[in-house]
Amino acid sequence: MEQQFDLTVIWAGIIGFGLMMYVLMDGFDLGQGILFPFAPDEKARDTMMNSIAPVWDGNETWLVLGGAGLLAAFPLVYSIFLPALYIGVFLLLSGLIFRGVAFEFRFKAKTSKYLWSWSFSVGSIVAAFAQGAVVGAYIQGFETEGFVYSGGALDWLTPFTVITGLGLVAGYSLLGSTWLIMKTEGALQDWAYKITPRLLAGLLTVFTIVCIYTPFIDANVKTRWFDNISVIWILPALTLYCSYIVLRSVKKRQDGMPFVASMGIFLFSYLGLLVSKWPYIVPPNFTIYDAASAYNSQLFLLLGFLFVIPIILTYTTWTYWVFRGKVKQGGYH
Amino acid sequence: MELDPLILSRIQFAFIVCFHAIFPVFTIGLASTIAGFETLHFKTGNPIWQKLSKFWIQVFAVVFGIGVVSGIVMSFQFGTNWSNFSYATANFLGPVLSYEVITAFFLEAAFLGVLLFGRDKVPQGVHLFAAIMVASGTFISSFWILSANSLMQTPEGLELINGMYYVTSWSDALFTPSFGYRFLHMALASFLTAAFVVAGVSAWFVIQKRELEANKKALSVALWFLLVLAPTQVIVGDFHGLNTLEHQPTKVAAMEGNWEKSTGVPLLLFAIPDQEAQTNHFEVKIPKLASYVLTHDWDGEVPGLKDVPEEERPNVFIVFWSFRIMVGLGLLMVIFAIWGLVLRPKGRIYKSTTFLNGLRLMSISPFIAVLAGWVVTEAGRAPWLIYGQMTHAQGLTPSLTGGMALFTLIGYIVVYTLVFSSGIYYLLKVFRGGLEKANAPHEMDEIERPSRPFSAAHVAIDGDA
Ligand code: HDD
Ligand code: HEM
Ligand code: HEM
Repeated sequence: MEQQFDLTVIWAGIIGFGLMMYVLMDGFDLGQGILFPFAPDEKARDTMMNSIAPVWDGNETWLVLGGAGLLAAFPLVYSIFLPALYIGVFLLLSGLIFRGVAFEFRFKAKTSKYLWSWSFSVGSIVAAFAQGAVVGAYIQGFETEGFVYSGGALDWLTPFTVITGLGLVAGYSLLGSTWLIMKTEGALQDWAYKITPRLLAGLLTVFTIVCIYTPFIDANVKTRWFDNISVIWILPALTLYCSYIVLRSVKKRQDGMPFVASMGIFLFSYLGLLVSKWPYIVPPNFTIYDAASAYNSQLFLLLGFLFVIPIILTYTTWTYWVFRGKVKQGGYH
Repeated sequence: MELDPLILSRIQFAFIVCFHAIFPVFTIGLASTIAGFETLHFKTGNPIWQKLSKFWIQVFAVVFGIGVVSGIVMSFQFGTNWSNFSYATANFLGPVLSYEVITAFFLEAAFLGVLLFGRDKVPQGVHLFAAIMVASGTFISSFWILSANSLMQTPEGLELINGMYYVTSWSDALFTPSFGYRFLHMALASFLTAAFVVAGVSAWFVIQKRELEANKKALSVALWFLLVLAPTQVIVGDFHGLNTLEHQPTKVAAMEGNWEKSTGVPLLLFAIPDQEAQTNHFEVKIPKLASYVLTHDWDGEVPGLKDVPEEERPNVFIVFWSFRIMVGLGLLMVIFAIWGLVLRPKGRIYKSTTFLNGLRLMSISPFIAVLAGWVVTEAGRAPWLIYGQMTHAQGLTPSLTGGMALFTLIGYIVVYTLVFSSGIYYLLKVFRGGLEKANAPHEMDEIERPSRPFSAAHVAIDGDA
């Protein structure tokens, strides 16, 4: 297939973009669930939920798209990751179910309200942790035989992946707290200003551990960062710069900047991760080319994507536009 | 005893997919029903249609919500439990499932908000348009997913190279020989489901003398629909069976409980198929009828289970009885539709409590028929995952152990039972609230955030309805 136009790279870009969309968008709303138990009071919790109610399930559709898109473009990833993360996937899905239903029922509940609050919170934490552990498992690599996963049920659960799991919990709550800074005012906003630096510190600690650990377990990563092109050092530099912006804007009590800068942290560290592993998509054995589906299938779907994704993005932007501005105590009306 | 990951995965998949299927089959039909009510309201300006629409939109919101959460689980099942199958068929299944997401799920998501909450915010025409788009979305979704399923029943347009299928013709693969029948049969099943639920719930309201004018209208319209839909479904089902006879003869043999290929085969009304002894016990039969139904010739030849080796036969008992449940309910539906026609003069459909109570009971019949139908289709395909090409055992995830499968099976059962019993409980409360509650100007208490599916319903989940 060499002579044909290289769709595999395009697909890697699309899937990478889709995942980033998912992480940023579902990140800040999972963050609400993580911060939930710590919120100052019940009114604050209602406002937190209100602030994401109109958008959260559109956000989760990106996850479904990620799953289906992987199957279409990189079937090997789908058929190795999911068996390897079998138990983790179950936890992730249960978390999302409890969270999703809690969303709907908490507003309706009277006496059982506290149960739905717990279900929202625990569901979000479990889902965020499971996603972080997946990232850790990806860095660690997978044991394979031929084209199938051959490791055990809990290989993905190591001290390292626990740390990345907790790291993502911290990261999502950072997105969540800066989102609150942007979308709320008064006591709740004060509280969000207060906790943001601590959450950032937690996240940076995890980054440091990952950066120290990874080059030791993966020789490729080491060469990439220490022997090759030094341009890529700009990515961690930008991550740090964004962290600085977060701190500075929190101090200056700016509204929107902390959220934008937090997204920047995610974006640049995500790119850093991709650069470390490129072109390996199922480390340590398979590159994106090994994992790709047939040219004809990639093309068939690409035509649809080129046409439909812009429409979806337009709609998404429109929803956020409709619900722009501060959330008042009583919701948007 | 060794835990068998294959059996456990099959149970898990069947549990999850059957659970999921209950909800879409209802939403597909109900979305069109609502679009219908909205159109009538738009055309005639009669507020009754709007009253009805408001009530059924509440029901729709709850059912849709549960359908979505259970659907998210579905899309990962292929990878977790059937990874070899996913890998082998990815070149086809991947694009098809992705197309479902981008053409159907995003469309539904986009217009759902407007349908549920936009009545007062957008012009009436735009609201109607949203209702129609949501209804279209459900059909687009069925198109892709049934195309995927039909390929597994009657594979076509694919070539197997080194353990992976490659698509040689997209049109052949998307429109396999069984696809048209399956799509039509399923679409009719969805309409039947909506019609029977609307009829049953309206009948209940009529018995209670609540909102009589509107509920009588709904009941009457539902019964007219049933009169067309129920007999059509029987005819389409018959053609579907003929198609199956051509492409999956062993499945038909199991449906008929026929062991020996022969001519002039009787139709079994009752039998206890015995897989081990390869025969039936306690047969009650009508001579030559099966031959006639299947070949339209009293002495036509019907395939037998013994045509294939023992290990290539599906579980005859399950297929045989599921088929009888589906067909039995299908015929019962026709009887009810005709009964409604007979009672129609002088408005006796609103007075006969026997009939009205019968309709209440019948509102669960389509759900049972749909599940029975899917069990015929899926269990009848066994041991094949892709008919004649790949078995369940070959499609299974190699690294999956019995313990892992048991853990998630129990896990899903617990999670679903917990979360979804709340859903059903809530739905029953929406029914009890009736049209009155749905149309009451609700006090917007300060925490209300009406922009999510369930939030469209103004009934508290606990406390008094
Ligand atoms: C895209 C494909 C697809 C679609 C649309 C469906 N199924 Fe299916 N079904 C499968 C793909 C599949 C499968 C992957 O081929 C399974 C999984 C494991 C297996 O035994 O076959 C299966 C098995 C399976 C079984 C177990 C049969 C057995 O183990 O012998 C049942 C009862 C159903 N399905 C029922 C349903 C229902 C109620 C559906 C309605 C939504 C449905 N299926 C849609
Ligand atoms: C076995 C394969 C199936 C898979 C993998 C699957 C997957 C999914 C997923 C992921 C969703 C949620 C989408 C969202 O986030 O909005 C969903 C919902 C839906 N599915 Fe399925 N599904 C399957 C079977 C079916 C069948 C057989 C039908 C109908 C014929 C169907 C019709 C629908 C519809 C209409 C929805 C929209 C939500 C609803 O109406 O409840 N699905 N499905
Ligand atoms: C009374 C006459 C009926 C006949 C003769 C009939 C026939 C069939 C046949 C032969 C199949 C299996 C096709 C295959 O696996 O290849 C089937 C499947 C199915 N039936 Fe029926 N059916 C009838 C009534 C109904 C009713 C009333 C419903 C629901 C309301 C229903 C819902 C289904 C569903 C959901 C399937 C699985 C999907 C499919 O393969 O189409 N059927 N039917």
